[in-house]
Amino acid sequence: MPIQYAEGILAETLYTRQAAACFDICHMGEFLVKGTPEESGLEKIITVRLKDIPEGACRYGSILNPEGGVIDDLIVYRKKQDEWMIVVNAGTLEKDREHFKKFLTRDAEFCDLSEKLGKIDLQGPLAREILKTLAPETCGLSYYTFMETDLLGRKALVSRTGYTGELGYELFFSRPGIPELWETLLSDKRLKPAGLGSRDILRLEMGYSLYGQDIDETTTPLEAGLERYVDFHKDFIGKEALLAQKNSGIPRRRVFFKTLSRRSPRHLQKIYYNEKPCGEVTSGSFSPHLGCGIGMGFTGPIDLAQGEVISVGEGTPRIEAVVTDKPFMKSTSLKK
Amino acid sequence: MNIPEGLYFTKEHEWVRIEGTAGIVGITDYAQHALGDVTFVELPKPGQPARQFQIVATVESVKAASDIFAPVSGSVTQANHQLNNQPGLINQDCYNQGWIAKISLSDPSETKNLMDSAAYKQYVEGLG
Repeated sequence: MPIQYAEGILAETLYTRQAAACFDICHMGEFLVKGTPEESGLEKIITVRLKDIPEGACRYGSILNPEGGVIDDLIVYRKKQDEWMIVVNAGTLEKDREHFKKFLTRDAEFCDLSEKLGKIDLQGPLAREILKTLAPETCGLSYYTFMETDLLGRKALVSRTGYTGELGYELFFSRPGIPELWETLLSDKRLKPAGLGSRDILRLEMGYSLYGQDIDETTTPLEAGLERYVDFHKDFIGKEALLAQKNSGIPRRRVFFKTLSRRSPRHLQKIYYNEKPCGEVTSGSFSPHLGCGIGMGFTGPIDLAQGEVISVGEGTPRIEAVVTDKPFMKSTSLKK
Repeated sequence: MNIPEGLYFTKEHEWVRIEGTAGIVGITDYAQHALGDVTFVELPKPGQPARQFQIVATVESVKAASDIFAPVSGSVTQANHQLNNQPGLINQDCYNQGWIAKISLSDPSETKNLMDSAAYKQYVEGLG
């Protein structure tokens, strides 16, 4: 996936929220697991409750190490009562595979489909209209549901999900068919290709975490503000550590902020409150929609309230910013 | 790659256009392309001294923040305030509307430390 196409990162970012863009996301990993949530061991591996997911629906969650650190964040799809697709990050594919193989029981069947499957994300307010011309049956999909269907005469899994905060789809498709699907999609002139640079701004404008940058094995979902994707009413790997952290106090918290200028915060810059260092930026960029810099990071032990003024950066003058809530983009086509 | 005639260039991809005793300074097409969309420019203030190959401005883009080095020494007489609201002028028109600062030259012979268009063209080609 390139950083950008011809028009540049900002143009691609704006276009995705105005019309629609497609992203080549073939690098991500997909696992197939067969088995019941309990007997397969899957329910213990993933932080969200699998038992209650209806067939045809998917959920965001994560897999944790025993210390409660995030091994990866993922989306789990219930394809059939006892059949699951798990979509994981590319950079963590190997360790994820090992983790699943280690903790799945002998009752589970595991298959890594990453080499066989590619994925194109179709995102933006016009995404439904564009996809309708290829697969009218996908029109009725609601947020975080999916269906298996045919695209261009091949099997496809179409999921009403994405990483931009707009109405959109992730199209899972056989690798050999990807170039034809890409070309066919782009023959619709309402659609433009977009790269990794715009994808990063779009997800940050929504406050979505990027694995390896905002979350990793040294951060827990509690610190990262992802508690709603953890079900404490069931058993899962890392639960004890998370409960212990809840009891002893969460040492750092996710913070979101907007800069008071066009300056952009950057990954690993320090965060200052009252001139004292109190945390670190994990992601930062310029938001062309807000016209200012936006960022997220961790602060601790201080938990900063919305409206507090902070500064970030190493040089002088540092970048002035104000603590805010997420998402930065308050109104999008996401659930339309 | 657009490399106009009549300018002098640094290895860090700044350009200067000498007009009498003043030098107009900006970044090259190669630089703006490498930076990507420019989102903010920290401009020097009039009266601020500039020293050849020392930092005179900072440019932030969607990819990184980069120091801009003065191609010539002297005193800053003017900064391009249009860049405050339209930093993208650096991407659209880096040699004209996207100029960054005007410096009154303290030593016009310093251009001998810079490359002319032909030499810069060769230099950029060598970067692959």
